[in-house]
Amino acid sequence: MNAPRCNIRRIVRDIAHARSGDKGNTSNINVWAYDPANYELLKRTLTSERIKQTFPLLIRGQVTRYELPHLCGLNFVMHDALEGGVNRSLNLDSHGKSFSYLLLGLELEE
Amino acid sequence: MAIFRIGTGAGFSSDRLNPAVDLVERGALNAIVLECLGERTVAFGHRDRMADPQRGYNSLLERRMRALLRACRKAGTMMITNMGAANPRAAAARTLDVARELGLKGLKVACIEGDDVSTLVPRDAPFMDEPGMLSDVDLPVVGMNAYLGMDAIIPALGAKADVIIGGRLADPSMFLAPLAHCFSWRASDMPRLGAGTLVGHLMECGMQVTGGYFADPGVKDVEKLADCGYPIAEVQDDGSAVITKLPGTGGCVTPATVKEQLLYEVHDPSCYLTPDVTADFSRVEVAAAGPDRVKVSRASGSSRPEMLKVTVGFDGGFQGEAGLSYAGPGAHGRAQLAAEIVRDRMARVHGVKNDIRVDLIGVSSLFATARVRATEAEDVRLHVALRSRQKEDAELMLWEVESLLCCGPAGGGGYRGVIAPCVMTKSVLIPREQVKPTLEVMVA
Repeated sequence: MNAPRCNIRRIVRDIAHARSGDKGNTSNINVWAYDPANYELLKRTLTSERIKQTFPLLIRGQVTRYELPHLCGLNFVMHDALEGGVNRSLNLDSHGKSFSYLLLGLELEE
Repeated sequence: MAIFRIGTGAGFSSDRLNPAVDLVERGALNAIVLECLGERTVAFGHRDRMADPQRGYNSLLERRMRALLRACRKAGTMMITNMGAANPRAAAARTLDVARELGLKGLKVACIEGDDVSTLVPRDAPFMDEPGMLSDVDLPVVGMNAYLGMDAIIPALGAKADVIIGGRLADPSMFLAPLAHCFSWRASDMPRLGAGTLVGHLMECGMQVTGGYFADPGVKDVEKLADCGYPIAEVQDDGSAVITKLPGTGGCVTPATVKEQLLYEVHDPSCYLTPDVTADFSRVEVAAAGPDRVKVSRASGSSRPEMLKVTVGFDGGFQGEAGLSYAGPGAHGRAQLAAEIVRDRMARVHGVKNDIRVDLIGVSSLFATARVRATEAEDVRLHVALRSRQKEDAELMLWEVESLLCCGPAGGGGYRGVIAPCVMTKSVLIPREQVKPTLEVMVA
């Protein structure tokens, strides 16, 4: 493992971009490494297990990760992750549009 | 035809209009698509239609038609839209009225119906993506609409309609239909239908592929976002396409903007279901092809689904939202006290048992359930939300929040409260042979 080069931990937003969308109570977030050199680091950082463990009250169902290696992309499908979804949730953002920034805010596993 | 030029003039019900006019005037388009329907939008349309049988279509339809019809005729651009929502017939009639007012004699308006399947779906129909069945929902049904594919749209293209208006036309199918018609793609040519579906998928959300919903200053900068341009797809016979936009418009088309849209609201990239095809986006190539030009290729597809998705809309009662702000030293504590007072009094004084959600905007709101670390803010807005079948519950909640102005913690100000109707939607499936799209062509 590479040691961090400075004391400030980098976050996913430093190496990748993302967009989230919803279908019912299922949220999906696609994440893309800007630089192919960082794709392995992105995959190591964003595992289905880590995401589910980090947000246990929000993500109540299964998390599946799809990989598009030739585009340096990951797609996370998170079931029962929208507080009931747009039909039930009283969250101001009942679609979970902002949830891409939950993943972009995670610290990198450097 | 070597290249088919198709543009997007709306990517959701409330999308911008002036960039659509610009696109028609300067885009030399063969076709423009206005995608204006979400699952819940059609349910709201049904509520509107119940209140007034002449309504139920997109509330911006008249304004959009007035701004676009003459430019479309001048440019030789045909229009396809699902602005008909829950009432395509009334939408088509209103469009004809506008065309006549504009003096567009001979304009052909096609109306596609048959997506309303409320008499065909049994009450014991199981949900598509969760346990249970329709009859489990203890709410009044407002409407049921099947997603129609390109086979519902192509007859209108054959009739040489200038404007095609439908209700629940599937988003990518509105793009795929004119491509398949123009290039004479066979209904069994699944790789090409998959490729055309990718074009539709990338285009259907409008500016989300040209720099909209992308900017993050300092990390992902986008120029002139306030004047972002709608997308154009230059599509070839093999289904590959260049995604671009008009010169001089704001925004950007880059591999990054295209990739974010590639998997937007997609689950398994190798299995994206539409009424037309099981599309495969897993091997799509995305390549820069000049400034604000990105080439997409290698989408594919396999069998056409035998079942069509149906959105069932229910009357969900009302949602009330109310807010009050606190600022300066101790703002967080005062807002927290206000939140406790509202919760306590709604239950104890009014006996309202519905779930009430209280957020402290500035401290923790969107990510409250995710438990991301809260900040210590000095500008905090109490935000209370409640949903109920009884409008009175929402009215009581608004009253309680407003009463904090005199009876709550010190220094609260800026009360606002609003009550809005609610819908609930569920998805079921219907065998496609039971759904019979109809076409009527009217002439201005």
